[in-house]
Amino acid sequence: MSDGACDNGEGDKAHTDEAALSARLQRLGERLARDRAARPSDGPVEDRATTASGYARGLRLSSDVVAGVVVGAGLGLLIDHWLGISPWGLIIFLLLGFAAGVLNVARSAAAKN
Amino acid sequence: MQIDPIEQFQIKNLMPMLSMGGHEIAFTNSAVYMLIIVVVVSTLLIGATAPRAVVPGRLQSVAEISYEFVATTLRNSTGAEGMKFLPFVFTLFMFVLFANLIGLIPYSFTVTSQLIVTATLALAVFFVVVIYGFWKNGLHFLKLFVPSGVPWFFLPLIVPIELLSFLSRPVSHSVRLFANMLAGHITLQVFAGFIIMLAGAGVLGWFGAALPFIMVVMLTALELLVACLQAYVFAILTCIYLNDAIHPGH
Repeated sequence: MSDGACDNGEGDKAHTDEAALSARLQRLGERLARDRAARPSDGPVEDRATTASGYARGLRLSSDVVAGVVVGAGLGLLIDHWLGISPWGLIIFLLLGFAAGVLNVARSAAAKN
Repeated sequence: MQIDPIEQFQIKNLMPMLSMGGHEIAFTNSAVYMLIIVVVVSTLLIGATAPRAVVPGRLQSVAEISYEFVATTLRNSTGAEGMKFLPFVFTLFMFVLFANLIGLIPYSFTVTSQLIVTATLALAVFFVVVIYGFWKNGLHFLKLFVPSGVPWFFLPLIVPIELLSFLSRPVSHSVRLFANMLAGHITLQVFAGFIIMLAGAGVLGWFGAALPFIMVVMLTALELLVACLQAYVFAILTCIYLNDAIHPGH
């Protein structure tokens, strides 16, 4: 509370105040330490479970891009075949498929964080 | 001595059963292994949970751990609403896991190294997502393709990209599992082939053969990891896709 009281002699009361304050500070410190310890361990545990290994993650991301491009190209060829507008369907859907592949990767990479 | 690393993936027709519209429906070695997987998983789970002990024994622990594991994964990614899909996801996980693990036994056939099998599983997930999404959310399901906060003039570009991204899911979902299993088994076979080729080259070759032998031992351990990991990845992706069906709109 007041530093003056401490200096001025009412030593007993000031002492208990100080003790209570330091006890509270200590409790707060303990609680903060516990919370801080709990928080980071929450994150990495989740992360370790979902990524498990870089090898799997790399394969996962690469198959995401490839899938987007392949589906885009396939859909483009189909549309060309149906509508007879070759090569425009392939060109447009291949580009869109590439964009979709990049979007897939961005999503699955962002899901980790 | 030549060893064909692809030979292990050949489908052999064990007995022709019936023909349907000109297509022969046969009982193949792939079908035999699928049957084995289903029988093994069923016996394991039914047998393990039969005692219903409060303090689980070893087998019951295996069953309980796998159940808890899939249930936690599903609850974390879809919330309580997704728990009605637990039987579906659990079945997929156990099937893929045991297909991968049984495939690691020498001379056995790996069901998940066939694209048609993984594609069927991935398409089943895809159609469950689409049908349940439309059934539960109606046309709101289409909000999945319209991310919020995008200016209207970008929509003609964004919506096709989102649509393609959605359509590419079963492809990456199935190819990932298939490619992992195929590549792993080919690598194992090639290195095992080196052992035989070197050992056939005389006494000096025996020492040389030790190197690929160590490699095969380590690769087998890696493949064990990959087998479990890919089953897990398949299950968690299923959960993520199901989450889109339950809560469309990011």
